[in-house]
Amino acid sequence: MVSDNSHNPAEEVRIGFFICHCGVNIASKIDVAEVAKFAETLPGVVVSRDYKYMCSDAGQDLIVEDIKNFRLNRIVVAACSPFLHEKTFRTATQRGGINPFLCHMVNIREHGSWVAEDRVTATEKAKAMAQGGVGRVRRHVALEKRREPVLQSVLVVGGGIAGIQAALTLANAGKHVYLVEREPTIGGHMAQFDKTFPTLDCAACILTPKMSEVGSHPNITLWAYSEVIHSEGYVGNYKVKVRRKARYINEDECTGCMECVEHCSFKTGVVDDEFNVGLVKRKPVYMSFPQAVPKIVVIDPLTCAKLSGGKCEESCIPACDRQALDFTQTERVEEIEVGAIIVATGFKTFDAKRKPYYGYGDFPNVYTSLEIERMVTSSGPTEGEVVCRDGRVPKSVGIVHCVGSRDHQTNRWCSRVCCMASLKLAYLLKEHTGAEIYNFYIDMRTPGKGYEEFYERLLEEGNHFIRGRVAEVTDFAMRPEEENHLIIQVEDTLSGYVRRVPVDMVVLAVGIEPQADASVVRRLFNISCSDEGFFLERHPKLAPVSTATEGVYLAGCCQGPRDIPDTVAQAGAAAAEALALLDPGFVEMEPMTAYVENELCSGCKTCQTMCPYGAISNDAERKIAVINPMLCKGCGTCVASCPSGAIHQNLFDDQELFDEIQEVLAHA
Amino acid sequence: MSTKPKVGFYWCASCGGCEESFVDVAEAILDLAQLVEFAIFPVAMDFKRQDVEALDDGEIFATMINGAIRTSEQEEMCHLLRRKSQVIIAYGSCAYSGGIPALANLVSKEALMKYVYEDAPTVVNPDHARPQTETLDQGRMATLPEIREMVRSLDQVIEVDYSIPGCAPNPKLVLAALQTLLSGERPPKGAVLAPNVALCANCPRIDTKPRELSVKAFKRPHLHEVDPDTCLLAQGFLCMGPATRSGCGEACIRGNMPCTGCYGPVDGILDQGAKILTSLASLVEAHDEAGIDHAMEAIVDPVGSFYRYGMAKSLLRRKIDLPTPVAR
Repeated sequence: MVSDNSHNPAEEVRIGFFICHCGVNIASKIDVAEVAKFAETLPGVVVSRDYKYMCSDAGQDLIVEDIKNFRLNRIVVAACSPFLHEKTFRTATQRGGINPFLCHMVNIREHGSWVAEDRVTATEKAKAMAQGGVGRVRRHVALEKRREPVLQSVLVVGGGIAGIQAALTLANAGKHVYLVEREPTIGGHMAQFDKTFPTLDCAACILTPKMSEVGSHPNITLWAYSEVIHSEGYVGNYKVKVRRKARYINEDECTGCMECVEHCSFKTGVVDDEFNVGLVKRKPVYMSFPQAVPKIVVIDPLTCAKLSGGKCEESCIPACDRQALDFTQTERVEEIEVGAIIVATGFKTFDAKRKPYYGYGDFPNVYTSLEIERMVTSSGPTEGEVVCRDGRVPKSVGIVHCVGSRDHQTNRWCSRVCCMASLKLAYLLKEHTGAEIYNFYIDMRTPGKGYEEFYERLLEEGNHFIRGRVAEVTDFAMRPEEENHLIIQVEDTLSGYVRRVPVDMVVLAVGIEPQADASVVRRLFNISCSDEGFFLERHPKLAPVSTATEGVYLAGCCQGPRDIPDTVAQAGAAAAEALALLDPGFVEMEPMTAYVENELCSGCKTCQTMCPYGAISNDAERKIAVINPMLCKGCGTCVASCPSGAIHQNLFDDQELFDEIQEVLAHA
Repeated sequence: MSTKPKVGFYWCASCGGCEESFVDVAEAILDLAQLVEFAIFPVAMDFKRQDVEALDDGEIFATMINGAIRTSEQEEMCHLLRRKSQVIIAYGSCAYSGGIPALANLVSKEALMKYVYEDAPTVVNPDHARPQTETLDQGRMATLPEIREMVRSLDQVIEVDYSIPGCAPNPKLVLAALQTLLSGERPPKGAVLAPNVALCANCPRIDTKPRELSVKAFKRPHLHEVDPDTCLLAQGFLCMGPATRSGCGEACIRGNMPCTGCYGPVDGILDQGAKILTSLASLVEAHDEAGIDHAMEAIVDPVGSFYRYGMAKSLLRRKIDLPTPVAR
């Protein structure tokens, strides 16, 4: 098979070879003129040129003109990575009047000049690669992109500010949105915050109008207290199953009057209130907070005396004048079809107990930043009053930055928001208590509009800033003034000695982490995670809200730590990407997919085990593998694994690869 | 003089199984004998080399050669038969792809000779005597063929028109091939006269192969009970079926033994061993080195398992540090 050179003998192969200087990126290490001259001698090459920037309009026009003037039917461009400019040159090839897939790129920059030390060997390598490209391009055949219709609805997973923003943008553009949130209410972490930095406007005041808008928007189907359990399909055509957990409340009848909560047979709270991060207890029937959307109560079956099988006077039932309580309710599964999916599943905060020497959980007056957020909120459990767990109003507070972040023992990354959040809490704590505030920081990171100015304001307002990573928080007093205090021990790296700062209250600025079940969600939507567990964008710079799976986009902290302005901007970007996908009504699929040569397939199912995209199924009747080209990403795994060579891949046919290898080796 | 087409059947480095398979054509061989005349058939009839030399070039209609090629004499006979025959058929795994004898390509000729004539436990040879190609004995020169460095498949020695793989070939395929040729029909040159699809296509157990197959540890069939109905790979036995051409009638599978790959790969596959490896590698459940080692423990002889019949024709061809003379 390797020696078979009889490809389409009717057609005379006329190759144009174009090599790019890329300014000095390539030309400084590779003698491009020499390579061009060499390529001219290769069989089938009709014209060979070098040009300073092939990707420029003028460079592309060279290709277009040469195709016409020299009747070229194959193009080889030796330049940068196809990742960057394959599309550019294919488009140019198409403008020249021939099929874009008759163009092949040879990467002499990333694989050549950038990694070479010696000009002579780099030039020789470029020649070998050029010869390989010329050798394989003669095998290229015209390929067509396929068109598939795109469903005009979007699933948004997660109802925090990211999901809310994305859902509203899409809904306002006329697309139908299914917003799925696993908690009983949307709002996410932002709903728990008191003020937002650096403007100090009230988080609830800016968030709750958006939440209500989501709740009442005709284009949004809001499913709170629900989770996505299954997703299949491909770009533009996803089938999703959503589990709607039982609230034990008739959603159509409940008005959120909370009479049932009032009349619950438990007179006080019995279980940690999640919304208030355990600062208070809630009853089994509850609403997370008064502005919850949807404004419907929920019954927690684990603690409800009736649902958990215990004795109960069931006083909640008559309390509801709309008979909305329904203890027979069971979870149900909804199936929906959407064109795109936006994953906005948010984050969790670092568990402060993982840094035991900061005393969280041991010393009652050590708090996490999220607990303080709830405490300083006027609608919070203490109605804005800052009191320690021992009842004292703190006269001094130490705020420890970077708890769990920038730490090789826990999380190496910077959580980005904690410096500003800590400054905000410093301001609020001082405002509420007049206490002396000590900030312990490694570096102050305040990049953002008005952020540095806010920091400066706090400096001017007499807050203390001590640079150094806190070693420990202890109650072991070494001096009289330390008695009955928590002592923060830190090396002050600016003045160069170890300090012990006695305070009444310690606030740990806990960092941002991926959700505990991020890997489950990852598999659900077939997306990747970076090392730290945040969802991986397709390109960190040029495709920051896209994922490797077409039609699945990211918004908010599930992709990495970010603050509210960035989250809202990113959510808008994700919505825009989804709109760009939906609006044309169809999607074009790259043709470099794998296909099965039916007669050769023995139905051994090896490929089906391997396919990372679930694109291969078994035709039970013919007992052969069938590849869904819509799901196939062209990764080539099945092609390599097929033990009988029955699977081929467009643009990566065995013969094309063998020819390329042979020609490269022939030069070497 | 007979006008029946002449047919040859010759053997090189061979076990005789191929001849058996030819005889297994059974009653049909009688009909065949009516149609053809044998020009050479060393295992069954008394022909000498001179008889073949006496024939005109191309006088033999078709010669089936089995066995791998290792000695100078085998080469000479193959060249001679090529000259005298219109059609040469590589018959059986050894002629087709080197077969079991080609596993000798894993050691050097010197190591081979040293073991056989000196180190083997049953050998007593204090003088370290080795066979010589020429020996003067009582004034007369006795000659022996030379043993070459490497074992080769037939098509690495002479031009081959068709191949019938198998260890040994299925008599049904043999009969069909001969009938086709005698009818005057000529398949495209180079064709393998067996179905071009892997064994699984006809495997009676294919429906029991799960879609998501994972293997904790491979098993050796003589150490475990083998379920007669379930896919052998699914049971953890190394079955070469997915990477092996069908046509054998699934004899081993029906005999409750895994396929060992004797029909070689389907068309277009350069390396059967590499193909089964890439496919098997994905089935191993473990992802850590210790787990993978454990899974592969039962494959005690990987080369002998994956390249049992195809060493000479594989990309490996021979152990890397040994000479690969390009002799014809």
